[in-house]
Amino acid sequence: MNTAPGHNQPIEANFSVKLSFPRRSAEAPRFELVVDEQLAAHGITAVFGPSGCGKTTLLRALAGLQPIHNGVLRVNGIAWHDQRGSLQAHQRPVGFVFQEASLFEHLSVAGNLEFASKRAPERLGSEQFQGITEFLEIDQLLPQKPAQLSGGERQRVAIARALLIRPELLLMDEPLAALDQTRKREILPFLDRLKSELDLPIIYVTHALDEVTRLADDLLIMEKGRVKASGPVDEVLTRPDVPRMLGEEAGAVVEGIVTERDSQWQLLRVDFIGGHLWLRDSGESIGQCARIRILARDVSLSLADEQASSILNRLPATVIGMADDTDRAMLLVRLAVGEAVLLARISKKSASQLRLYQNQRLWVQIKSVAVLH
Amino acid sequence: MPLSTADWAAISLSLQLATVTTCILLLLGTPLAWWLARTGSWLKGPVAAIVALPLVLPPTVLGFYLLMAMSPTGPVGRLTESLGLVTLPFTFSGLVVGSVCYSLPFVVQPLQNAFAAIGQRPLEMAATLRADAWDRFFHIVLPMAFPGFISASVLGFAHTLGEFGVVLMIGGNIPGETRVASVQIYDHVEALDYAQAHLLAGGMIVFSFLILLLLYLTSDKAAVGSLQLRS
Repeated sequence: MNTAPGHNQPIEANFSVKLSFPRRSAEAPRFELVVDEQLAAHGITAVFGPSGCGKTTLLRALAGLQPIHNGVLRVNGIAWHDQRGSLQAHQRPVGFVFQEASLFEHLSVAGNLEFASKRAPERLGSEQFQGITEFLEIDQLLPQKPAQLSGGERQRVAIARALLIRPELLLMDEPLAALDQTRKREILPFLDRLKSELDLPIIYVTHALDEVTRLADDLLIMEKGRVKASGPVDEVLTRPDVPRMLGEEAGAVVEGIVTERDSQWQLLRVDFIGGHLWLRDSGESIGQCARIRILARDVSLSLADEQASSILNRLPATVIGMADDTDRAMLLVRLAVGEAVLLARISKKSASQLRLYQNQRLWVQIKSVAVLH
Repeated sequence: MPLSTADWAAISLSLQLATVTTCILLLLGTPLAWWLARTGSWLKGPVAAIVALPLVLPPTVLGFYLLMAMSPTGPVGRLTESLGLVTLPFTFSGLVVGSVCYSLPFVVQPLQNAFAAIGQRPLEMAATLRADAWDRFFHIVLPMAFPGFISASVLGFAHTLGEFGVVLMIGGNIPGETRVASVQIYDHVEALDYAQAHLLAGGMIVFSFLILLLLYLTSDKAAVGSLQLRS
C-alpha cells in the first residue's frame, strides 16, 4: 500500500517533560508528571498504567494540548518545546485519536476526512485519500453524518482522519476504551494492519494489558506521574519489578513462527527463542509470525520432565529470580527458557517443597497459551 | 384606516434601528460571549452581571445614565466632542448606542450558551488537524454555534423593536430622527387617537409574534442548516 505517510526512519523522540499543575481532587491536590525518556519510536510504543497515572496527560503534552512547565521536548532533532518556546498544537506534525471519536458532528464523514486532507502539509492525491478510506473500510460511509455511525465506525473514521493529516507521529489515547468487546474486536485487526502496513510510529496510551500484549513493540509503564519501566515489551513484562504491578495478568509475551501443522491432532507447532510449543490450530498458516502470551498463572514447575502429564508443553528452564507477588501466598518465579524469559506464579508452599533456588534447573509446564494474532 | 406617512416613517426608523443595532451587537457580542464562555478569570462573574443588568433595570434608569454620559459634559459626550463627532443625545446614533446597551444580554447570552455547548474537544481535535485559532473559529465554532447566532440575531432584533423607555430618555421624539414606532404609539395615545394606536400596536404584536414564531419553528431547522455548512 502506498498510502503510508512514508517515514522509514524511526522517530527519535527525547522527552524531558515536567508538568506540574493543580488537580481537582482532594487526595492529590497537585499532580506532577515527570517523564525523562528517549524513545526510538517505531511501531507501537504503548504507554500503560492505571487511570490517573498521567499517561493521557503525557500524550496531550506531546500533542501541545497541555502546557509543559519546565521541560524539553525534542522530536527528530526539532524542539517542540524548550525554554525558548513551544510549538502550538496546530504546528506539530502529529495525528491524534481520542478515546471518543470526536468527529465534527456538523460535517459528513467525507467532510471530516477532507477537513484533515485539506490541511495536510503536502497535498494528498485522490488515490491516497481513497487508499486510506479503503484501508479502514469506510469508503461506503462517506456521505453519512457522524450521528448515523456505530461506535466502531466512528473510531475508524477518526483514525482515517488522523492519518489524512499525514502525521510523522500518531498519538492514540485509549482508542478502544469507549467500545464494547464486539466493537473492540472489530477495530483491533485495523490496528494490527496499521502497525504492519504503515511505517508510522504510534504512541498508544492504554490501561488494558491485553491491548499492550497484542499490539505493542515497546512499553512504557507509568505510575503516579513517573515512569516505572520502559523498553521492548517482552523484556519489560518479565522484568523483576514489573510483574507485581500487573497482578493476575502478569505474564510473558514471545514472538514465534508457525513451523508445522499436525492435522491428526489439530495442533500447530510454533518455534520461538525458548524452544517450541504446540498450540491449538486456529488457522494460522505455516511461516506466519505469531505473538504468544503466556500468563504466569498458567505456568507450573516440576523438578523432572513429567511424561505422564496431560500438559503438552513442557520445556527445560533455569530459575533466574524470585519475587513476591501482590498475593502474599504466591511467588513469581522468573525463568530462562532457552533465550526467552517466562514467568511462573506458584504458591510459596510449593516453592518451599520444591526447594527452589537461584540457577536451579527444572521443567516448566505450560497449561495454556494465547495466540494474540 | 390606513397608516399615516408619519406612522410609516416611525416603522421604518424602528426597523433601521433594530437592523443596525443587531449588526453591531453581533460584532461586539461574539468576542464578548466567546470570552465569557471560555475564561476562567475572576472577572467573568462581574462582567456577566454587567451584561445581564439591562434584563432587570428599568429602561429609564439605563436611559438616564446614558443621557448623563452622552451629554456634552458627560465622559462619553466629551470624548465624542473632542473627536469632532456629533453629540449623541437626541440623534439616531445616540439611539443606536442606547439600543446596543439595552439589547446586549439578548445577543450575548444565546451566543455564550452556544459557544459553551461546543466544549473543548472539537477545538482540540481541530488543533491537532493543523487548524489555527482563526481556522478553528470559522470552520468549527461558527457552523457549530450557527443556531445560537440565529437566536441571538432574532432576539436582539425583536428586543430593539420593542424598546421605549431608553429611546424616550436619550432620543426624545424627533420625527424621522428618533421617533420610532413605540414612541409613535405613545403619541397616538396621548392624543387620544386610539384607532391609530391600535393599528400600530396591533401591528407590532403580530410582527413580533411572527419573528419569534419563525425562530421557534426553525430552531430545529437552524441546527440542520448549520450542519450543511461545509468547511
